[in-house]
Amino acid sequence: MGARIRGGLTLDANKTRSTRLALRAATVPERLILPLDQHAGAPSRPIVQPGDAVLLGQPIAEPQGDISAWLHSPVSGTILSSPPPPAGEGQGGGDGGTAAPHPNLPPQAGEGARSIVIANDGRDARYAQSPVDYPSLSAADLRAHIARGGIVGLGGATFPTAAKLARSADVDGIHLLLNGAECEPWISCDDMLMRERAADVVFGARILKHATGATQCTIAIEDDVPQAEAALRSALRETNDIAISIQRDIYPAGGERQLILAITGREVPSDGLPADIGIVVQNVGTAAAAARWIRDGEPLISRIVTVTGAGVSEPANLEVRLGTPVASLIADCGGYVADVQQLIMGGSMMGQALTSDQLPVVKAMNCIIAATAADLQPRGAEMPCIRCGDCAQVCPATLLPQQLHWHAQAGDLANLERYGLMDCIECGCCDYVCPSQIPLTQRFREAKPALLATLRARRDATTARAHYEARGDRLQRIEQEQRTRLEEKRRHLAGRKS
Amino acid sequence: MKFPTASAPHTVAPHVAPKGVARVMRLVIYALLPATALHVVVFGPGILVQMTLGIATALATEAVALRLRRQPLRPFLTDGSAIITAMLIALCLPPLAPWWLIASGTAFAIVIAKHLYGGLGSNPFNPAMVGYAVLLVSFPTHLSRWLAPDVAGLQTIDIPFMDTLHAILMGHLPDALRWDAITSPTPLGAIKLASGRTLEEAVASPIFGPFGGRGWDWINFGIAAGGVWLLALRIIRWHTPVAMLTGLMLPAAFMYAIDPGTYPGPLFHLTAGATLLGAFFIATDPTSSATSDQGKLVYGAGIGLVTYVIRTWGSHADGVAFAVLLMNLAVPLIDRYTIPRIYGHER
Repeated sequence: MGARIRGGLTLDANKTRSTRLALRAATVPERLILPLDQHAGAPSRPIVQPGDAVLLGQPIAEPQGDISAWLHSPVSGTILSSPPPPAGEGQGGGDGGTAAPHPNLPPQAGEGARSIVIANDGRDARYAQSPVDYPSLSAADLRAHIARGGIVGLGGATFPTAAKLARSADVDGIHLLLNGAECEPWISCDDMLMRERAADVVFGARILKHATGATQCTIAIEDDVPQAEAALRSALRETNDIAISIQRDIYPAGGERQLILAITGREVPSDGLPADIGIVVQNVGTAAAAARWIRDGEPLISRIVTVTGAGVSEPANLEVRLGTPVASLIADCGGYVADVQQLIMGGSMMGQALTSDQLPVVKAMNCIIAATAADLQPRGAEMPCIRCGDCAQVCPATLLPQQLHWHAQAGDLANLERYGLMDCIECGCCDYVCPSQIPLTQRFREAKPALLATLRARRDATTARAHYEARGDRLQRIEQEQRTRLEEKRRHLAGRKS
Repeated sequence: MKFPTASAPHTVAPHVAPKGVARVMRLVIYALLPATALHVVVFGPGILVQMTLGIATALATEAVALRLRRQPLRPFLTDGSAIITAMLIALCLPPLAPWWLIASGTAFAIVIAKHLYGGLGSNPFNPAMVGYAVLLVSFPTHLSRWLAPDVAGLQTIDIPFMDTLHAILMGHLPDALRWDAITSPTPLGAIKLASGRTLEEAVASPIFGPFGGRGWDWINFGIAAGGVWLLALRIIRWHTPVAMLTGLMLPAAFMYAIDPGTYPGPLFHLTAGATLLGAFFIATDPTSSATSDQGKLVYGAGIGLVTYVIRTWGSHADGVAFAVLLMNLAVPLIDRYTIPRIYGHER
């Protein structure tokens, strides 16, 4: 049924370093910083004032528009600061078009950015939230409830979960894929989650299945996580509503579009969504977060973060309250032990370099690599492309990166479109193998906005023309109808006269 | 603590950093060494002198061109690409060809075919083949003076190293030697000249062995070994060599089946002339060849076919160089029609 994904890389996973120690809770700091834009779409709007007392799990910011998310206090305590509403209020636009291009990143400016800061009173006094008997809810009501839990995709894209589930609302026979294929090097938070909380994952899978009306559910994992597999099988014992699919450990097998191809043998249309072919993909961590919200009444206020790299003495996976500074996690893992060259949020292939360890943990933060010189192979000096084609061999989207690079250099938008720039998933495979050490992914990332603007303008023009032509047709039709009616009337009158 | 920013990916493959291009070129140079060594065994040390002259010219002209283009010298002089160009031209020239032949051919390749088009990675034509083609058109006599291979059963005159050096550097043979005494037609040349005789009579000549030209078979074995090694290392991919050999041998088999008395068979073409050198080392030059796997199949097949046509009906004995240059010309067109289907797109 499934198909082999094309391209990809077999990478040194570097995962075992962080899976030696058991999952444990991170130290909860005295002060937590919660950015308002830690999800895809429009930023949340604060609903608390400085000086307000808040409880653990209490909502502190509400969504603006359809693609946005609730934010909850990860501790009990006092609001220290909360940004006033922005000047251009009322930006709850339909498609979240006002959001920054990478809304899931922590604000690089730290506290200067729009964040709510909370002083922790250390009591963890809980906000009253009763569990929900989800099977008694309709799918739409369940989705609305999931939205109130601040649940967003924890695989990295942080797309609001309820909104993603709603896209498949009208599709029959949905196949729900739970993505536990953690293909990127270094990251092990999903592996640890499945090992230690397989029951949460399975419970969450059933919630998401109910919320989408899915008829089929598959949990996808890679072949290098035997303990997670055993835990899942044990949690699924004596049930047959959820299947497990083992994928080859190849990067980027866990990319949404690659996973869909590998499991169902089908491709998501370039300009479409998985829902268009009857598939919904959710990360296993998202499922577990939904389970805790529905079953225990605990909204998304914490997540599992892998802290690893040769720069820390005891790499581990920690359950971290959102808003905890990265430096606090490093301290929990024994502190810096070597000269750290880079602090990376995420994996080595697609992660984001952080400028400071004072930045807070956000919903998107699955991994922190305190990378030393030994952990990463730095790029050499860039040479001209020799057209060797190694990039095309590893591209999982079957693009020709060397041609894209050529056209990106020339700013040739027509050819960038023709060679599929917008189909690039920015996995970094082409960079990784390029003998000329060309930062291809970065070039493609930089070239995309211009092409996107052109494509949008064309789409708008097409829509406008369609509207104009429809209006012309409509006017013509009305005129025709009037003429017919007039004619009939005349005939009628003429008939009476004679 | 503050940390530097960088763009993902944050790491690259160990084998490509820090100098991936130089590594590729170095491995290609290594892959040419077995054939070079066997060339010395069969034709004497002339090839070593030719290569030395060629490499010196290539590096000198590359340095001048880089300086004129205001490009940094070090990364490009040490990338090894000019050395490959020189080695390939040297392998195409008769071992005793005068020094100015290899020097002018290499200089033309580096300055005109490579740097005037933008240097490394930007040349639409294979520089070595441009250099060789210019020599072939300008100095056909010099390029026809191939020595008799030094293999058992063939009468060859032993040429001492000093005489080799004298012939190359002075541009004429030492008094004791005469061209007609030491040269012998190449297998392809012998067949081209076989007018009036049947193929069978031509092939009966002692220069032919069971695998085409004697001596040449050894050199070709060295080339194939290097080529297969590059395939195993994934420095080159199979598409171009397989397509080129198929494009050459399929029409050869067809014509041989029609008239075996006039047309040599596919195995003869496989080991004749520059077939294997072309398939593994020339057509596979990434810069001047087609981009996608499909494109490489079309490109390679075109080279094979054009080579066969030139060898069979053209006025030159071999046609690999012209075939490569012709297909270089077709690369933009091939690339245009062989874009792979992108994920999520209809054809």
